[in-house]
Amino acid sequence: MTIAIQHTSPEEKKIWNLLETVTDPEVPVLTILDLGIVRSVELAQLDNHQLKPIITITPTYSGCPAMDVISMNIRMALLQAGYQQMEIKQALSPAWTTDWMSEEAKNKLKAYGIAPPQYKQAVCTPEAFQDEEAIQCPQCNSWNTALVSQFGSTACKALYKCNDCKEPFDYFKCH
Amino acid sequence: MNQSLIDYTLQLADNALIIGHRNSEWCGHGPVLEQDIAISNIALDFIGQARNFYQYAAELLGNGATEDSLAFLRDVPEFKNVLITELPNGDWAQTTLRQFLFSTYQYYFYQQLQNSTDTRLAAIAAKSLKEVTYHLRWSSEWVIRLGDGTEESKHRLLTALDELWNFTGEMFLPAAYETALLQENMGVDLSIIHQHWNQKVQEVFAEASIQIPKKSWAQQGGKTGIHTEHLGYILAEMQFLQRAYPGAEW
Ligand SMILES: [Zn+2]
Repeated sequence: MTIAIQHTSPEEKKIWNLLETVTDPEVPVLTILDLGIVRSVELAQLDNHQLKPIITITPTYSGCPAMDVISMNIRMALLQAGYQQMEIKQALSPAWTTDWMSEEAKNKLKAYGIAPPQYKQAVCTPEAFQDEEAIQCPQCNSWNTALVSQFGSTACKALYKCNDCKEPFDYFKCH
Repeated sequence: MNQSLIDYTLQLADNALIIGHRNSEWCGHGPVLEQDIAISNIALDFIGQARNFYQYAAELLGNGATEDSLAFLRDVPEFKNVLITELPNGDWAQTTLRQFLFSTYQYYFYQQLQNSTDTRLAAIAAKSLKEVTYHLRWSSEWVIRLGDGTEESKHRLLTALDELWNFTGEMFLPAAYETALLQENMGVDLSIIHQHWNQKVQEVFAEASIQIPKKSWAQQGGKTGIHTEHLGYILAEMQFLQRAYPGAEW
């Protein structure tokens, strides 16, 4: 039998702090909290009075191969902290959006060499050859950049090049 | 147990899995590195969508069904994908034109399915729609680029159109389970999708300076398990490991 524990408990805060240590395997500079992947944390009390964390996560893209690794890493972090039972659930709705990425996360991305997502606007429409939003080069800060491909090294990134410093770079595309 | 809902969900899963598998055949063979990466990314989106639908279908079926058993242990007559998804890739023109014709259909389909009274289908549709938006944009640009390109590229696009056009009608001809689900407010109205589809295809074809073919005969059967000979070859390759080594994992 399980009883839901109150939302703001110190125990729950402890779980959030643990989740802060789990990073995205493909963009290791971001934690899963930075990305907005963790949707909820609940605690259930087991018969033996131990607490069982129930974590709900949502995928960035349907086919994101990082999700399984992230689930496993959450499990490992909780096991190391002494929790013996846990449940990691996936929710699809509401669908993940780059709007959930914190400002701090965007700064970390840029420092890491990946241009952070813009606010979505016209970019998320299917129109062909639409005007590209200006994306700033994370290397030299130039705005004189060009899209190479909407599809980059991972599902969440597009490939750009900088016309000034001539370096290619990843852009974490709006979604 | 709502058999129509199961069949409907399986069709969506099968469509995504089979076109995803076809696109994945380009991995390592794309015309340039960036486009190889693009089509492999699109394939990955499709496999993800297929998993979400198979997981749901497996829950509805119960009885030990899993996403893997549905993908790897069903045979040709049980697959419900539309025939256009299983056709061989052909050249780059045929692959990108097929993607455009199918992505346009999927875009409007998911747009409607978001409003399904079945919350699980609605959630998968809303999630997938974001991805399909990128697929549609990418494939539209290729159709325009090839149609409006050189004599050779236009010739190839027209040859592909000739090959594919008879397979487009099937997408809009409802199978019995689609009609049933529409009546239950869970499915989408394919006649509305067809109107949107026609308009979008016309727009993009006009930019590509090609015409919609006059002929309107529709090759069909996929939705009820009657397939071209190509699907058997896909399944033979895709299912070999699970058939030869049941339950194998890595
Ligand atoms: Zn630069």
